[in-house]
Amino acid sequence: MDNAYLIETVIKVVVILLVFSALAGIGTYFERKILAFMQRRLGPMNVGPYGLLQVAADGIKLFAKEDIIPSGVVVPIFKIAPVITAATAFMAAAAIPFLPSFTVFGYEVHPIVADINIGILYVLGVMAIGLFGPLLGGMASANKFALLSAARAAAVFISYEVVTGLAALAPIMMVGSLSLIDFNNYQIENGWIVWSQPVAFILFWIAAFAETGRTPFHLIANDHEIIDGFGTEYSGMRWGLFFIGEYANMFFISFVIPIIFLGGFGDGTVLGAFALLGKMAFFFFFFLWTRAAWPDVRPDQLMWLCWKVLMPLAVINVVITGFVMMF
Amino acid sequence: MEQFNNRNVADNGYFMVDIEDYPTDGWGKFKRVIDRTFKLELFVGLWVVMREMIKFDIHTISYPAEKMPIGPRYRAVHEMKRLWESDAERCIGCGLCEKICISDCIRMDTKIDEESRKEVTEYTINLGRCIFCGYCAEVCPELAITHGGEYEQASEQREHFIDYDYMLTPIDVMKQNAQKEFEGFGAITPHEDERVTKTPLSY
Repeated sequence: MDNAYLIETVIKVVVILLVFSALAGIGTYFERKILAFMQRRLGPMNVGPYGLLQVAADGIKLFAKEDIIPSGVVVPIFKIAPVITAATAFMAAAAIPFLPSFTVFGYEVHPIVADINIGILYVLGVMAIGLFGPLLGGMASANKFALLSAARAAAVFISYEVVTGLAALAPIMMVGSLSLIDFNNYQIENGWIVWSQPVAFILFWIAAFAETGRTPFHLIANDHEIIDGFGTEYSGMRWGLFFIGEYANMFFISFVIPIIFLGGFGDGTVLGAFALLGKMAFFFFFFLWTRAAWPDVRPDQLMWLCWKVLMPLAVINVVITGFVMMF
Repeated sequence: MEQFNNRNVADNGYFMVDIEDYPTDGWGKFKRVIDRTFKLELFVGLWVVMREMIKFDIHTISYPAEKMPIGPRYRAVHEMKRLWESDAERCIGCGLCEKICISDCIRMDTKIDEESRKEVTEYTINLGRCIFCGYCAEVCPELAITHGGEYEQASEQREHFIDYDYMLTPIDVMKQNAQKEFEGFGAITPHEDERVTKTPLSY
């Protein structure tokens, strides 16, 4: 392994970590503002111009808070659980091409940490490992609400992992590769996959809401039923890690959906790069939009939707795709 | 002010919402699922919030900087009024407010002065105990004790809640004829003349 590659990789890792940690914070600002505007409120206004420094204030508060470990908890697991959520969220970013490759001082940079040949499988797999954050945190908390949330988290993640996998399977069959770069290149030649796989696109999108635990499927940490679920006993930066993990996940899944279905960054021009950022922004905005508009579903409705509607649709979609490709 | 005095809320555009009964049998539930799926009700919700965001019709009042107008019948910290004619205190020391106070927070002491008139020597309302029910203002025959609009009531000491001088209309305000009459409990409501009907004597 030559030095240039090593340095490039380290720099890319650091940049992704810093950018998306900051974005997770700014994401909360956007969420609060957009939700407020949709509900005829102002949102944060007092800290800084238009409340922009609210993010910094919240960050300082989280860092400065006492790290409380309740006496009844299983201490090592309780401590490691938030780290799992945050770490897996950022690990998933390793195989995502955020921008087309560009040249800096005559050196070609590929804005992807590792273009591994199992890219999409790796992203979905590592995001699925994020399940262990809520699950372990909830079970170790010695709190009934947290335990309920852990049970729900396990049920939801495992169920929707099936939908995500089956929905992504049809595009994978068409592309014939698992690398997200190959997905992008396939769509340059053959047009966006969403036109040939609309059902898979919708299913993957719905499952993304369950994977990130966002509003129609927000029952893992449903404030009005089970307080903060697995986060009930957490305080300070440990809770903050859960938060950063959740928002980083939202950003990464908002990158993955356009890359798989909506043409990614296209042929590598600047326009394509901005198009990808725009698509990502839309999907992130949609997460906030649905939170303002839609109610949560009950856990049993969530299971009903997954196993009786979405999964059969996904299977039928895969079968039809197979037949079309065969003949 | 007019909207606060209008008590016929039923005339202000209220209407009954037409809500269907929930289906009980399987066929009805199936029809409801089909209905909801193809009427795209989810997107109606998305459109509604998006419309509100675009209209940007913000209803927030940034409280310490801006304040809502409150109704004249609002029952906040009490005020003691003065007579318009003589600037003397209206209170005649009848003790009705002390008697009716259900949280026992009014105490008064009276004596007969040199002109054989009853004079109030001590008058305190323990606002720390007061539940702002408004009985004292309603029962007062002289409209002397009333409620005011001062609802920001926080202090470092309990004694601050029993300050009689704070409640009494200051004499210089009185000299400027700036005392505000109370429109709430016990006061004559506006438009009362129009509402008065003759006593039916026909029977």
